[in-house]
Amino acid sequence: MPAEKTGKILVVGGGMSGITAALEAAEVGYEVILIEKNPYLGGRVTQLNKYFPKLCPPNCGLEINFRRIKNNPRIKFYTLAGLEKISGSEGDFDVTIKLNPRCVNENCTACGACLEVCPVERPNDFNFGMDKTKAIYLPQDFAFPLRYVIDDKYCTKAECAKCVEVCSYEAIDLNMQAQSLSLKVGSIVWATGWTPYDATKIDDLGFGKYQNVIINMMMERLASQGGPTKGKILRPSDGKEPSRIAFVQCAGSRDENHLPYCSSVCCLASIKQATYIREQYPDAEILIFYIDIRTPARAERLYLRAQKDEKIKFIKGKVAKIEEDPSTKDLTVTAEDALTLQKIHEKVNLVVLAAGMAPNTKEWKAPAEISCDTDGFILSNTGVAGMYAAGCALKPIDVYSSVQTATAAALKTIQSLVRR
Amino acid sequence: MEKKIGVYICTDCEIGKALDIEQLIKVATKMKAPVVKTHPSLCQKEGVDFIKNDMAAEGVNAVVIAACSPRVNYDVFDLGIPLVERVNLREGVVWSHPPNDEETQMMAEDYIRMGILKMQKMEAPESYKVEDICKDLLVVGGGLAGVVAANETAKAGYDVYLVEKNDSLGGWMTKLYKQSPTKPPYTDLEEPLIKDLIKEIQQNPKIKIYTSSLIEKIDGSPGMYDVTIKQNGNVETFKAGAVVLASGTVPYDATKITHLGFGNYPNVITNVMMEELASKGEIVRPSDGKPVKSVAFVLCAGQRDENYLPYCSATCCMESLKQAKYIRNQDPEAKVYIFYRDMRTPGHYEYFYKSMQNDPGIFLTKGDVKGISEDGNKNLIVDAENTLIGEKIQVNADLVVLATGMVPVTGLGEEVLPPGVKPGDEFIPYVMIETDILNLGYRQGGELPSLAYGYPDSNFICFPYETRRTGVYAAGPVRAPMDISSVIEDATGAALKAIQCVELAGRGEAVHPRAGDISYADFFMQKCTQCKRCTEECPFGAINEDEKGNPIYNPTRCRRCAICLGACPERIISFKNYSVDMIGNMVKNIEIPEDEEKLRAIVFACENDAYPALDMAGLLRLNYTPFVRVVPLRCIGSMNLVWVADALSKGVDGVLLIGCQYGEDYQCHFATGSHLAKIRLSKVSETLGRLQLEPERVQMTQLSIADYYKVPQILDEFLEKLKEFGPNPFKGF
Repeated sequence: MPAEKTGKILVVGGGMSGITAALEAAEVGYEVILIEKNPYLGGRVTQLNKYFPKLCPPNCGLEINFRRIKNNPRIKFYTLAGLEKISGSEGDFDVTIKLNPRCVNENCTACGACLEVCPVERPNDFNFGMDKTKAIYLPQDFAFPLRYVIDDKYCTKAECAKCVEVCSYEAIDLNMQAQSLSLKVGSIVWATGWTPYDATKIDDLGFGKYQNVIINMMMERLASQGGPTKGKILRPSDGKEPSRIAFVQCAGSRDENHLPYCSSVCCLASIKQATYIREQYPDAEILIFYIDIRTPARAERLYLRAQKDEKIKFIKGKVAKIEEDPSTKDLTVTAEDALTLQKIHEKVNLVVLAAGMAPNTKEWKAPAEISCDTDGFILSNTGVAGMYAAGCALKPIDVYSSVQTATAAALKTIQSLVRR
Repeated sequence: MEKKIGVYICTDCEIGKALDIEQLIKVATKMKAPVVKTHPSLCQKEGVDFIKNDMAAEGVNAVVIAACSPRVNYDVFDLGIPLVERVNLREGVVWSHPPNDEETQMMAEDYIRMGILKMQKMEAPESYKVEDICKDLLVVGGGLAGVVAANETAKAGYDVYLVEKNDSLGGWMTKLYKQSPTKPPYTDLEEPLIKDLIKEIQQNPKIKIYTSSLIEKIDGSPGMYDVTIKQNGNVETFKAGAVVLASGTVPYDATKITHLGFGNYPNVITNVMMEELASKGEIVRPSDGKPVKSVAFVLCAGQRDENYLPYCSATCCMESLKQAKYIRNQDPEAKVYIFYRDMRTPGHYEYFYKSMQNDPGIFLTKGDVKGISEDGNKNLIVDAENTLIGEKIQVNADLVVLATGMVPVTGLGEEVLPPGVKPGDEFIPYVMIETDILNLGYRQGGELPSLAYGYPDSNFICFPYETRRTGVYAAGPVRAPMDISSVIEDATGAALKAIQCVELAGRGEAVHPRAGDISYADFFMQKCTQCKRCTEECPFGAINEDEKGNPIYNPTRCRRCAICLGACPERIISFKNYSVDMIGNMVKNIEIPEDEEKLRAIVFACENDAYPALDMAGLLRLNYTPFVRVVPLRCIGSMNLVWVADALSKGVDGVLLIGCQYGEDYQCHFATGSHLAKIRLSKVSETLGRLQLEPERVQMTQLSIADYYKVPQILDEFLEKLKEFGPNPFKGF
């Protein structure tokens, strides 16, 4: 019989891995604190239109997970929360959490009255800046918790305060201050996730320079109903329907100048995105430039299906450069076909870069002496007893694998409490 | 204690402005709710206190909150009592319909009626208590996955039985000479970690190891399995709470890939044989024992090929690169040729691949190996096409290594379909491959149902540990091809799920996806006709049968989806807070207007996806027909046909079922629930025809939460269809 359940678990990061680690431990019977820096839970997956290889909607599983959270009194979560300080050791960590001001309190009923009066706009980071929201906004359609938030950087606060006047719930507090929260936990899971590699760093691919060169995560938003185009895939430059689209694999990945590792999900992600286009535009042609197509295990079937589609052409060859025709904003993709050794120039009207995964722990240093590799991924042996990593903080992996690592991390954290 | 119902109507969030609240109060009062009150803002502190005050002062112990959707303010309205029902007036009525409209008002009134009826028919569930719950775990298979699962379980304080069929632990891992890099700089081969792990578990008193042992029988259910094993002819029994299935894989039979010459040419070997050669010391040719000077690796041998294994075994590219390194380390003069289709070295493995690309002794090319032949000296000639250096090339080699894939042991048996089901049928409830591994005492067969290619994997991306047998969790390569690091993570995760299952069972709670639900099914056996529908249709094999065909219900196997409740023609299955009677009464008590132009349709909506989608539509202020009345169900598979009959005989013009996607890539969280609903519905259309009712009055559609924007279209079109048919002729009878 196991020892009595004592101590709490802290999970840092409220994406798929963090949510899973928290829920799995809480459903065993442990108390869990989950903190997330965004104003909503769900992380990267809530930005995705569909999952590969099943092509099912991520918000379906998230809905179940949110219900699990709602029904479980053992989980307490904080959004807009960051970890400031950790001291102590396994079984007895003291942590300080900073709760950033949302400027909207629990009274908010998401009625939306504030939206109508707010005069300020901000670029919508959830949609990668492809559209705008008001300075007070609901983070996204599936936002959990369902509550508005004010963007500090854009809101003019007391100068305007129109939202405060119109809110009948006293839900808006423009002077809300950051708060500190100190607590004791026994073990910690780092589920800090990833960010798409900054594709502007890849010189010859034109991202940031040419409007019709986008990255894969932007394609997810374009294809999503809650995206800037309400799910219609349109060219950013002129809002036209694309008819010939190129996917550039390994944009940053497997490249010593950028990400030396393989991000492992991009091949399947691009093939999946090709299905989005094929569904919307049955006549559109798709070119996928790749080094190797990596569709492991049963996911192979998605690749097989794509290979049978005559509108999807797979070209083995690394893309050397992308150029724009300034008058049409069309693009020319130059690559060398590795099989024929011919230089090819393909004219397309939209390019999707399969930008790789960079761990958030590359840029953000955790306030703990955990060991990372040179790419910023946390080692599976974190070097600190009582601390564990899960999901893409650990290695570049898909959602299914992330959930496996998160479930494993849940057991490791429990062991830390039992050992105590 | 007597139930005292309090109905609280919130007038905030436009409800008060859009609806005639006085009229709602009248409706609730007419329903004999003893306390009916309104409040300007129930979700604010004063509102909650308002309710709590009545609970304390007036003895209200069953609360109906007519306000916003149950998806929000769940925490605010946690009143510390089990009987709380939410009537969705905000998203479900006023945010999705025009204000101050007669139809909108009628919709709200019906929902109030339905909410009160539901509460009147509901009882507080009490959890199912297992006496002498057993929290020890059984791990089946002593390879890496099994050893890790046992070790991690024991480290969390639980006792483990580890059963391995061979006479020693370690499985395939013990055959490895070296293992692929797992640590920075990710370029150095590592000593296989299995030896230390075996030592560790052998010293752990919490782990009881049985080698040379097979499972004879696993009877019972989570928290109380009776396990019988056979070890060298001796039978032993013990109790276990949950099971980790880590029975592993076997290499694909390379003799089947005839064009690659394995079995005919002694110097064509498999990747597994290569490990054995390397472990023995020098890598030599099997035919003459001479050290090898040139070796060709053929990747994807019999893989990613619909004639052999259609899938990719995920690890062979990396394993072949590793073995190429063995050759190069043994003899710097030796040449290695690697023919791949796509070099699959995901994540950090790319570093190792890069280091091998930089080795001038290794020649890597994409190519399809079309054949292998042998000369008089047993040297081999490899013919490849579509390579990076030419259309057709030939390479001579002393030794050829085939990277054959892995096959799960769960796939090595005869495929058995449920009685009456044929291959190719539109609906196959489950595929059971009889392998003698677990020998579960379940009416639906002894093993974990197979998902694809013999792998008993989860069908869900978000929930890789979802299982068709509660308490039995597959781990490691038996469930999906995976590398060593993933095996360790997966086995640890499976151990967690097994532990979680026994803890939940101990508390009388359901496991995922209704984790924490304490309600469970009750069978009114006097009326059972032994039709076996419940025992056949339960997606989780929760219900066994006695020799007379009576159902034997196992609460700790049960997932509380209530599919059995929907299946039962005698309507003898119920939950304290979810029953045929309860839903039937809700349906029967909606008001049918005398004006026949005002159609009415019942929409049964799956709680998991369809209901949230409807809710999202309201949240985004999408308007849809006010002629529908939405009834959420635990799973659309819990729909009992009597509800359809109830609705139609009452004068409702049509019934729409909204469930999750079914078929190959099903999205139903209870596996087959939505498909079962579809099948049940197909049976109802004949009956409708006989009654001279258009069968299309009763339909089913599939909807995911992401399809919320389609809600108005789906509902409006259904109503248009009903309009064409005209009013239900049974109206007014």
